Amino acid sequence: MDAIVQYLTRVAFLCRKELITLLKEPTSRAMLFAPALLQALLFGYGATFDLRHVPYAVLDQSGGQTASELLARLDGAGMFERRANLQTSSQIARLIDDNEVLLVISIPSDLEQRLAAGQDAPLQLIMDGRNSTTAGAAAGYIGGIVGSVNQARAGTGQGVQLVTRSWYNPNLESRWQLMPALIAALSMLQTLLIAALSVAREREQGTFDQLLVTPLTPMQILIGKALPSILVGLVQSTIILLVIRFWFQIPMAGSAGLLYLALLVFTVASVGIGLSISAVAANMQQAMLYTFLLIMPLMLLSGLMTPVANMPKVLQLATYANPLRFGIDLVRRVYLEGAGLHEVGFNFIPMLVVAAITLPLAAWLFRNRLT
Amino acid sequence: MSGFLTRLWALLRKETRQMLRERSSLAVGLLLPAALILLFGYGLSFDVSNAPVAVVLDERSPTTQSLVAGLQGSPYLAPVQVNDMQSAVALMREGKVGGIVHVPMDFSRRMALGDAQVQLILNGVDANTARTLEAYVGGALATQALGTVDRQGGASAGAGSGRIQVVQRMWFNEASTSTWYLVPGLIVLVMTLIGAFLTSLLVAREWERGTLEALFVTPVRPTELVLAKLLPYMGIGALNLAICLLTARFLFEVPMRGSLLAIVVSSMLYLMVSLLMGLFISAVTRNQFQASQVALLTSFMPAMMLSGFVFDLRNMPAVVQVISQLLPATHFMGLIKSLFLTGDNWPLFLQKSGILLLYAALLFLATRHRLRKRLA
Repeated sequence: MDAIVQYLTRVAFLCRKELITLLKEPTSRAMLFAPALLQALLFGYGATFDLRHVPYAVLDQSGGQTASELLARLDGAGMFERRANLQTSSQIARLIDDNEVLLVISIPSDLEQRLAAGQDAPLQLIMDGRNSTTAGAAAGYIGGIVGSVNQARAGTGQGVQLVTRSWYNPNLESRWQLMPALIAALSMLQTLLIAALSVAREREQGTFDQLLVTPLTPMQILIGKALPSILVGLVQSTIILLVIRFWFQIPMAGSAGLLYLALLVFTVASVGIGLSISAVAANMQQAMLYTFLLIMPLMLLSGLMTPVANMPKVLQLATYANPLRFGIDLVRRVYLEGAGLHEVGFNFIPMLVVAAITLPLAAWLFRNRLT
Repeated sequence: MSGFLTRLWALLRKETRQMLRERSSLAVGLLLPAALILLFGYGLSFDVSNAPVAVVLDERSPTTQSLVAGLQGSPYLAPVQVNDMQSAVALMREGKVGGIVHVPMDFSRRMALGDAQVQLILNGVDANTARTLEAYVGGALATQALGTVDRQGGASAGAGSGRIQVVQRMWFNEASTSTWYLVPGLIVLVMTLIGAFLTSLLVAREWERGTLEALFVTPVRPTELVLAKLLPYMGIGALNLAICLLTARFLFEVPMRGSLLAIVVSSMLYLMVSLLMGLFISAVTRNQFQASQVALLTSFMPAMMLSGFVFDLRNMPAVVQVISQLLPATHFMGLIKSLFLTGDNWPLFLQKSGILLLYAALLFLATRHRLRKRLA
């Protein structure tokens, strides 16, 4: 019993010292928590795929009834903003090149005649492919509007009607998709870096050797170094979570308990990676280097921006080593779908494996990298 | 003047040696861009293909079977037929399918009447993919329905039932692959990250070790100090840039429609801005721990989220647009995408290069100001 108390007291001393180093200066304190808040707000507003303003131009060579009805529907949709009515096709290039419009609708002169004769008539859509995702989404809307015009012309009784409902995110808002993922992603950035710098800083300043000659075992040093970073990560996650829930008012479907369990396991795995980096690095420059090296693949191959399912098979396999992939998936599904442990349980395994490898590795490296 | 050159030369030699001695960072600094571009060029894609959807048929008839065949015919969809809604919902909750196509009981009867409905339930957690799925399922069903009408006696040939057909042409990105606009954007991300990482500790380290104070008693001037810390890393950055451009052009076959000169000049300008940004952070914080955090926070995430890399600036609220315009990355992003995909646009080139040059000048002056010979 005494041994356990002594063990824990020693860990607590180291924890306290680490927390003091992290929090002693007002600047460092602010730097731990202000960026999370700021970024959550900024990206919540800024990072969206939802079309709000689609500037477009029309080259209407028919001047007929159908064309004006189509354009009226388009302008009534709310997001399409007509910037110009063109006279000739030579005007198209400049508008698109200079980013003034995202797309140009070109209506042929014989549209009415063809339709009246019962023939199909082409409507040309010229789009700026410099962001093909936005352009494709806009084209999808226009396709829908053209479809409804077709249907109105033909009267009822045309084909099959598709009735769509989307679960967990009824209006398919990209903010709902992105923000829960940021709970994991934003906090990982700094947690990883802080953990990576923690040992490297002591090595650079020479105090790590002193720590090694104290009665602390490598495992105690590990816990003492890991806990403060884990704490910082969880506090950051909480800040972002509060912004999402109460500022952006995205309803939370799942249980907070499961969400925090997921965040805890995820943060432990991230800190494990950070401490391994720290144990390998000889100075802060190297620790930072390895962190920066890892950040981009961790972030971009996590499903944060583009779905994991769109990646080649080999890369999909590689993402099993990325705790962020499973962290994001867990948070999204628990937060939005209200998924239970039995549905998302598998996601814990890769993160636990990462933690079980990196943490002991870091502890071992503390002693065995004395070069 | 000759005093300036002598001192600069001496400092340059010192910085270059220090840089070359740190071999691990040098190696990674050179391998990093190649590895990153490779990984992301292949890994990042918004293009949905073979997306699994569950299909539930409450009615089994030739009509509904042909509908399933229509879905199977789409290269973008991978329909999985299941027996009831319950198992379909279970599949969706496990994340195995992105949507459910539900064909109701009286489908054939209502099809004959002409008002048949098919229900599509999407998993909105990935809103972007959900939208794409909706478009693909709608497209597959429409094609199928048209085919049915044609077979049933060509009703579509009757007077007054001609359709408006949308013909799409994607300029600058004819195949409409997201790789083409993502790879030039990746160059911006790599340059931002490299710049911040290479220089953000340089001055802070000297403050921590006290070597900067030692420099104060020498005749070295702040301008020389900044230049000496900037130039060797410009060399490494230029190598990185060359690797990025070569991979983009020859591996991913992204067209380079603008002139190489314009691309190289603007990229070097941006590289300079991002290296100076790192130096500025370093000079302001005077502390490696804080410098590396600031560098990480101000470089990677803003450049990824707010520069127009994937999120279209036009969709952002006005306040966020103003903030994004403050980022040098936003200006370079617009320029390099244009140079790669559209071609030379000299007014745009001059405007954006001017902005980048302005940033470089401001950061240079601010860093020099912070390095005046004065103790904190």
